[in-house]
Amino acid sequence: MSFIGDEQFEGGNKEKRHREKRRDGSKDRRKRANAKRRERSRADRENEEFEERLVKREKGRRGRVKNDQEAKKREQEEGAGAQVKSGKTAKVKKNIKNEKRRMSEKAGEAGERTEKGKKRVESAKKETATVKHGTRDKTREERKKKRKKVFETSSEHKTSEQDSEDKENSEDKEVKPESLSPDELEKLKEAVDEKKKLIQSLRGKPWPMKKKLVTLRESQQFLEKYEGALGKGKGRKLYAYKVMMTKKWMKFQRDFENFKTACIPWEMKIKEIESHFGSSVASYFIFLRWMYGINMILFGLTFGLVMVPEALMGRPYGSIPRKTVPRAEEASAMDFAVLWDFGGYAQYSVLFYGFYSNQRAIGWLKFRMPLSYFLVGVGTVAYSYMVVIRTMARNANESGVGDDNSFNFSWKMFTSWDYLIGNPETADNKFASITTCFKEAILEEQESRKDDNIHLTRFLRVLANFLVLCCLAGSGYLIYFVVRRSQKFALDGFENHTWWERNEVNMVMSLLGMFCPMLFDVISTLENYHPRVALQWQLGRIFALFLGNLYTFIIALMDEINVKREEEKIVKFNITMWEASLYNGTVSENFTASPITIHPADVPRGPCWETMVGQEFVRLIISDTMTTYITLLIGDFLRAVLVRFLNHCWCWDLEAGFPSYSEFDVSGNVLGLIFNQGMIWMGAFYAPCLPALNVLRLHVSMYLQCWAVMCCNVPQERVFKASGSNNFYMAMLLVILFLSTLPAIYTIVTIPPSFDCGPFSGKNRMFDVIRETLESDFPAWFSKVFSYASNPGLVLPFILLMVLAIYYLQSTSKSYKEANVELKKKLQMQNEENKKKNKKAAQKALMDLEEARKVALESAGHQRNNNASFQGQEARDREMEQATRVPRPSNHMSHRTPGYLPNFPLQSEAMIRRAPSLQRH
Amino acid sequence: MGTTASQLDKGMLSEYQELTFLTKQEILLAYKRFSELLPKEETNGISYRIPMNAILELPELKTNPFNERICKVFSTSDSHDGSLNFDDFLDLLSAFSDSATLEIKSHYAFRIFDFDDDGTLGRQDLEKLVNCLTGGTGDTSLTPDEMKQLIDNILEESDIDKDGTVNLSEFQHVISRSPDFVSSFKIVL
Repeated sequence: MSFIGDEQFEGGNKEKRHREKRRDGSKDRRKRANAKRRERSRADRENEEFEERLVKREKGRRGRVKNDQEAKKREQEEGAGAQVKSGKTAKVKKNIKNEKRRMSEKAGEAGERTEKGKKRVESAKKETATVKHGTRDKTREERKKKRKKVFETSSEHKTSEQDSEDKENSEDKEVKPESLSPDELEKLKEAVDEKKKLIQSLRGKPWPMKKKLVTLRESQQFLEKYEGALGKGKGRKLYAYKVMMTKKWMKFQRDFENFKTACIPWEMKIKEIESHFGSSVASYFIFLRWMYGINMILFGLTFGLVMVPEALMGRPYGSIPRKTVPRAEEASAMDFAVLWDFGGYAQYSVLFYGFYSNQRAIGWLKFRMPLSYFLVGVGTVAYSYMVVIRTMARNANESGVGDDNSFNFSWKMFTSWDYLIGNPETADNKFASITTCFKEAILEEQESRKDDNIHLTRFLRVLANFLVLCCLAGSGYLIYFVVRRSQKFALDGFENHTWWERNEVNMVMSLLGMFCPMLFDVISTLENYHPRVALQWQLGRIFALFLGNLYTFIIALMDEINVKREEEKIVKFNITMWEASLYNGTVSENFTASPITIHPADVPRGPCWETMVGQEFVRLIISDTMTTYITLLIGDFLRAVLVRFLNHCWCWDLEAGFPSYSEFDVSGNVLGLIFNQGMIWMGAFYAPCLPALNVLRLHVSMYLQCWAVMCCNVPQERVFKASGSNNFYMAMLLVILFLSTLPAIYTIVTIPPSFDCGPFSGKNRMFDVIRETLESDFPAWFSKVFSYASNPGLVLPFILLMVLAIYYLQSTSKSYKEANVELKKKLQMQNEENKKKNKKAAQKALMDLEEARKVALESAGHQRNNNASFQGQEARDREMEQATRVPRPSNHMSHRTPGYLPNFPLQSEAMIRRAPSLQRH
Repeated sequence: MGTTASQLDKGMLSEYQELTFLTKQEILLAYKRFSELLPKEETNGISYRIPMNAILELPELKTNPFNERICKVFSTSDSHDGSLNFDDFLDLLSAFSDSATLEIKSHYAFRIFDFDDDGTLGRQDLEKLVNCLTGGTGDTSLTPDEMKQLIDNILEESDIDKDGTVNLSEFQHVISRSPDFVSSFKIVL
């Protein structure tokens, strides 16, 4: 929630003012509504005693509206149906009568009213009794009638006490389950379910609100009325209870949904950007937010299960050598320069691997620290895999069959406008880009037949790729060279070197990451690709560059690890010598001395390669973050300021000419983010503070970049749409995740941990902690089972089985795809055939219609006085018209269904029938 | 309707939530924005019809090339002048909201693109659509030849039954394959 607070603050006074206003407004509104209600109720209480009546009256009013509409509809239908059932017509007439009666009611003739009401209820009862048996259609009708009766009766409520008693009797009869046969009950249940479905699907219907409101109220009323009648005997109360609970649950869910959307941080910020720059720039920020969420969870895991327990329950600082700054470094351990490099006190803290002790259980909780450390390391990676893959799968589901290219033009036409654009400048750019897009598409279509000078373009493309490869190799070598050089410096000791020499590696990596993409951009102009293809190439190359740099860095780091391990061996040997000498010395001096106390800072210790790796990664992240922010400030902000203010006194137009304002580079930023995350995954095992740092970084860059994009960037000239590339980013993230866990796993599995630092010290391998736990914390049989299970004889078949399962799933998915294509073809064929058939049928029907008209005219001429036959004729005409329309199912929506217009009430019967079919979609 | 309350009381709010794809906050925001457009002396907020010109002044719709069409499609006014009352306004926002289904979005998109309201997208509709999308004026617009080529291509792709027009089901068929229709057919207040 704190994010929202921040965001509101950032959003400025305007937003706040609006909100306040809104709050005030709603208060006022509420007050006024209450006052009104009070007034109304006071007036009502003169006639009625119970509050609930009021509600029922409202319903009655609504019901009346509905009845009104139905009556109209019936009137129309009456013209159409020659063989309208007598009951139906009677009812229509009755309805009209009711309407009239109600009008007079309003005038206030109380005495008459009650009598009539009674009569009507009785007649209605009779009616239901007569129609109660019959076919399905009839029961449906009957159901409707019943409903209507309910409306009538409920509207009756307000009239008088007597009347309400009367009504209650009738209601009891209706609701009593004993009075309904099981068959009817079943049907009633069906109707109730249908209504429920209708309510649920209502929001997905393209109807005007008025119609939706009416339908909703009507069906809710129906539900209220009949849901109680469904349960049988003892189950009835339970049923009612269940219904009530589902209602409550729905409401809760809705509120929870509202709450959830209110909790999404930076929503308004992103929407603002979205409306200014279109969805592509916003997609970067959404991606950033998603990353932030993941890092929050990683941070929570490492912070809650590793750092805090060690800090609270582990041995305090200075108790053992690994938790103490060595004597030699003590003097400079608090210097800012040292701390900034994560040396000194920072190095000997919970931030790094080396600080953790190898006690099996710490504190009064007996918290298994080494085990927790290991499991958190594995868990963060596993969680990341899970999230990335799940998101990918969801995206793939959403985009559906996005790869088929058969609707290229239509998509350009129908879906190219980004409705979110609210900035005139962006809109202009969008117009231009759509136009060029159309022109390009047309040209492509023409060019696909002829291609000129293919040799030149081929040559240029090969040349470009060669140049890019040279760049990649050069940058890789440069990094390797720099890392090796820095190792030499490290052996000499950092103090003798300048700042540049100390930070060479990180600076070189950041600078390469900054300038190589520009170089690639220049090279890619040689290739003359379509912009989208060019963008993909560009992305691929930057990806390769980053990856190459990262891996060179890792290889160099591996070298360094080996060096450190050599060093460690020597130190280990020295320590045994040192201990022996110490022991011997004390023995010779004083035999009865208690165990010698040496200050932990004086104990010689090994180099602890794990902490070194962690430090390297932390430094890399810090320098990367700094470079990003500084380029943002210089490249975007300073440039924008210069262009803006120097424009008055410059020889050419700076804003339109050369430097101009910068665009927001979505792909570059996304790649930067992805690689940053890769480094986090790689280093998090050796430096538990990395996720925390990353959360901080992402948080800052969210605000900084939002600000930068709004204040100093111009909308892109080519406004790309984002969603298509969404899974592309995810795929890259997955690749990076895999590639970054590889080295981490390699080091964990193959290299023995340092002997005197970290939670796994003293063990042969880091994963031995699992075995140890199994042996000492679990019963014997468990470890036995585990050892059997981890036997290669079992593991290998299992892997084989998995491979087989994958193969099977893949082949089935392939066959599904093929079936899909087949079905598509079939569908198209059928469509065409249907169309032909329909055309024939339509023509035939048209001819029939003409004939019928002739006949009708003739008959009209012959027997003018016989109205009935004429009506029958017209009814037949109508049927024919319907027949011509019915077999065109594809058109049933595009015909401007009469429901659009407020004058035409909807047909509720048709609605009920249509509800399940809509559900299926 | 029975209730002509000028305020959004709780019942209305929950009904609107039931009937639209909007959350409570969004409905309240919509109401606020809507009442900002109301003339001062007007107290009966919900049923008042705001004329199209006032609606088009909203920054969210101002730059949209289809803004007039959008108003006309969502208007339930008898005179077809594109004026919107609050119900229509909510309908609009619901169709353009984040969580609206593809089906409803494509339905309304079809009606927006159907300039002559005849239930199909004919050549004239498509031509107007292209003009809207390209800004319609000056050097940016396409030449007649290009226009013809473009429309031919579109009809070739999406007119499955070859009757020279694109009807709703064909349109929905095309749109449902599109990877980014749902994400771009959005208007957020």
